[in-house]
Amino acid sequence: MCLGIPMEVVGLVPPDRALVELGNVSMEVSLQLVENVSIGDYVIVHAGFAIEVLDVRAAEETLQLLTELAEAEALMDENETTDGEVAGE
Amino acid sequence: MKPLEELREPGLLRKLTRRLSSLRIPAPLTLMEVCGTHTMAIHRAGLPALLPRNLRLLSGPGCPVCVTPAEYLDTALAVAREHHVILATFGDMMRVPGATGDLAGLRSEGYPVEVMYSPLGALELARENPQQQVVFLAVGFETTAPTVAATVKSARECGLGNFSILCAHKLIPPALEALLADPEIAVDGFVLPGHVSVVLGSRPYRFVAEKHRRACVITGFEAVDVVQGILMLVAQLERGEPEVEIQYARGVRPEGNARARALMDEVFTVADSTWRGFGPISRSGLRLREEFAQYDASTRFPVKLEAQAEPEGCRCGKVVRGKVEPTECPLFARVCTPDNPVGPCMVSSEGTCAAFYRYSRRERGEKGSGSRLG
Repeated sequence: MCLGIPMEVVGLVPPDRALVELGNVSMEVSLQLVENVSIGDYVIVHAGFAIEVLDVRAAEETLQLLTELAEAEALMDENETTDGEVAGE
Repeated sequence: MKPLEELREPGLLRKLTRRLSSLRIPAPLTLMEVCGTHTMAIHRAGLPALLPRNLRLLSGPGCPVCVTPAEYLDTALAVAREHHVILATFGDMMRVPGATGDLAGLRSEGYPVEVMYSPLGALELARENPQQQVVFLAVGFETTAPTVAATVKSARECGLGNFSILCAHKLIPPALEALLADPEIAVDGFVLPGHVSVVLGSRPYRFVAEKHRRACVITGFEAVDVVQGILMLVAQLERGEPEVEIQYARGVRPEGNARARALMDEVFTVADSTWRGFGPISRSGLRLREEFAQYDASTRFPVKLEAQAEPEGCRCGKVVRGKVEPTECPLFARVCTPDNPVGPCMVSSEGTCAAFYRYSRRERGEKGSGSRLG
């Protein structure tokens, strides 16, 4: 129920609404709960409202950290040789 | 956005779950997620079967539909029947059983019940039907309450006299406090809800780490987010220094969304609230402030209810507190199914029972129910 979908702001509709898009879906949302939104920003959309502007740099950092973790894991698996398919059971 | 797409790469998830599966955890640890969207993400990704030995993941009271008491539904049904209003509701509420029926049944009896994606839709409905009263069923946690606050404020600004809300908003930190006060609940750490925390930030959870010495990680909703959240919790517990960390940094700032909170505070005030499964929890809900009392459907459309018992055999009350797993309920998958739900945890797609039924039941059946991979 607290579902929030990241969507791209493609247009501003004064005074306090924006047109947002994700893939083929576009809709108008309220900007009453956020500040300083610009076209090109990504916002988290919940129940017809943008509830936050997504921090793109933080998203990149998370991705980088997770990629490094995954690579370290893959390397460890290789070192242990064998096929290593443990997923599932 | 590129980083978001890459976070959904199956290869990345596979490597990270392998890391999770291979964790060596010396003594049993129990983590709890308190958000229905996490419950869904966890089961959809099949994580329960991939957890390492000694790590248990429980679901808590994080689905607003599941913790909404039957009396609330019965009140809504009575308001519709006795006062002939249009009910506007989020779709999740349609099949939640009260003691006297559900909203879907009410609609099939011919009463107007409209499903809304946004509370603003209910406002629109009131504008389009000036001769009729529209009552919006305001449920949800801190994520949703600001959107309803903004809607009520808009109703006042445009002088809309035929719009009101039946308010049952609930607050997550007091529910955590209530959980932690129960000596039977042995939870070592919490996967904290990402979107509630967009609004709250990390401060309102500090008591969990500081007073109760439990690990906390505010976590996002991609499967890789949840895996990282769990890894961070295990690491935090190993360090032995409980704190509130933010895994979901792309959405949650430590200070939260002050603007959303200000709006929520302007329209609502904190009040005692009853949670299905818990009973009353002090200062765990919201009600409209005096200045907005005219938008309160419970005073505009008073109804009398007779006390009703919970459905016999239903263990939703224990499920939302993480005391039993859905498979331990005698009704689960036998009498109570998504097509014919008895308790609220089976109704909402985010309910623990529904998520179990959909994603983890078969696999558990084969392994013999009840045991976490071990």
